[in-house]
Amino acid sequence: MPDLDDLYQEVILDHNRRPRNFHTLAGASHQAEGYNPLCGDRLTLYLRVEDGIITDVGFVGSGCAISKASASLMTDAIKGRSVADARALFTRFHGMVTTPPDVEVEDLGKLSALAGVREFPVRVKCASLAWHTLEAALSRAGKDQV
Amino acid sequence: MTTVAGGQIAPAAAGLPVVPGTPTLPFDVERVRADFPILRRTVRGKPLVYLDNAATTQKPQAVIDALTAYYTGINANVHRGVHELSERATEAYEAARARVQAFFHAAHAHEVVFTRNATESINLVARSFARPRLQPGDEVLITAMEHHSNIVPWQLACEATGATIRVAPIDDRGALIVDEFARLLGPRTVIAAVSHMSNALGTVNPAAEIVALAHRHGVPVLLDGSQAAYHMAVDVQALDCDFYVATGHKLYGPTGIGVLVGKTEHLEAMPPFLGGGDMIRSVSFERSTWNDLPYKFEAGTPNIAGAVGLHAALDYLGAAGFEAVAAHERDLLAYGTAALQDVPGLRIIGTAPSKASILSFVIDGMHPHDIGTIVDREGVAVRTGHHCAQPVMERFGIPATARASLAMYNTRADLDALVGALHRVREVLG
Repeated sequence: MPDLDDLYQEVILDHNRRPRNFHTLAGASHQAEGYNPLCGDRLTLYLRVEDGIITDVGFVGSGCAISKASASLMTDAIKGRSVADARALFTRFHGMVTTPPDVEVEDLGKLSALAGVREFPVRVKCASLAWHTLEAALSRAGKDQV
Repeated sequence: MTTVAGGQIAPAAAGLPVVPGTPTLPFDVERVRADFPILRRTVRGKPLVYLDNAATTQKPQAVIDALTAYYTGINANVHRGVHELSERATEAYEAARARVQAFFHAAHAHEVVFTRNATESINLVARSFARPRLQPGDEVLITAMEHHSNIVPWQLACEATGATIRVAPIDDRGALIVDEFARLLGPRTVIAAVSHMSNALGTVNPAAEIVALAHRHGVPVLLDGSQAAYHMAVDVQALDCDFYVATGHKLYGPTGIGVLVGKTEHLEAMPPFLGGGDMIRSVSFERSTWNDLPYKFEAGTPNIAGAVGLHAALDYLGAAGFEAVAAHERDLLAYGTAALQDVPGLRIIGTAPSKASILSFVIDGMHPHDIGTIVDREGVAVRTGHHCAQPVMERFGIPATARASLAMYNTRADLDALVGALHRVREVLG
């Protein structure tokens, strides 16, 4: 039986308690709102993109521990990266959380803390919300909702 | 054909004659639990603590047996063949209708229409009753505590006709503000659609008072009994409501069978909802004529087994006796309300003076979704989310709640298990 500790790892609990980059961003070039109507998780993501590099990022909103920690971890992971790199990371992250639990997945550093959601299928959407919001923000500049 | 649980229920509770000299037994929850086979299973290695009854209730053996008996010995299509099985199936189906009539105290069996669920029943009324009457500027009156199924069908009817929806507010406890409801009734109100009992808050509305107020303005009333019907006795004639809807799977019956109970005068005047076989008297390529009530509203092969299962469920509920069931659930609600106070930071959403069988709550700093996942690991099944009542969540300024909802087979031990599991949530989330 999958253990609760696989889901609520210390890294996740820490990012839930003290989310990083948890603020709005003045002068953001990209912004999108993510909403999961199933559980009411809601977040707004702000990006400052200069010359194809995500130079700053922030998010606000409310949600479960998994969605909040995932958003926090994501903002840390993409800050300073190129847009192309961030998108590639989304693909790898998506692969990680949708791979069957018994199959080995690549190590994504701190993001690997979220690999535990594979054992909890209804929670995969919680972990993915921030990333889908990122994609929405990048693909269409300005306000957007996923 | 249907099995009654009378032998397993205390005679007094079952409303059966008590033989002089036999002690009157109180409601025996352990004997009731023994009738529900699923309660014997474990979940994640722990005994199942099922507290998601507002979503669907579990089924007694009598219902499961009735379904098996129907498919084993009777199965045929209804209202068609002259052969033995078809006659037997038709008898069973119509006997189920008569049982529903008796259960809701409807004036006639033809006032009972079988549908798939309460949602379909509401859609039927919205489409066949409201829509032909609605003019631009007309109004449909609902309340702020409605389930999406008692909002969206009216929105569709209003969008198609240029009518608007008015919403009677609720107070901070989740009780309907009846004066505001009365104020919103007017010459443009075509119908009022009101929950008898809220699925998200547990509030029990003063249904008879609401109907009387509306009728004073000549406004017909639909009562959504999805939640009320399995917690309290419902008498549609005493309530004088124009339509009452309920769903079988919350009445300890099978999924896929629902009911609409409507006054004859309305049902007669309404055009059909769906077209097909069984709902017609004659068909030619030029025109068709409609069948009598209730068949006019039952196009196609109905859920015969579902109706038979519902019959058994209503027999079971009838034998248990609403007075005894309601008293037991009142005790659990009071016990659970007090027990939850033991959980730091917990706040109950829905504290109306008149409420039943629902404990909706939030805990400071803990999202309902995390609560649901963690208590599930302890074998405790609760619902988390907006409960198909997003406007209710908005009213209370919260995205979601966790909800424990009670049925006749729940025990104080179930609520103790819930509280224990909630303490575990704090341990895990720290």
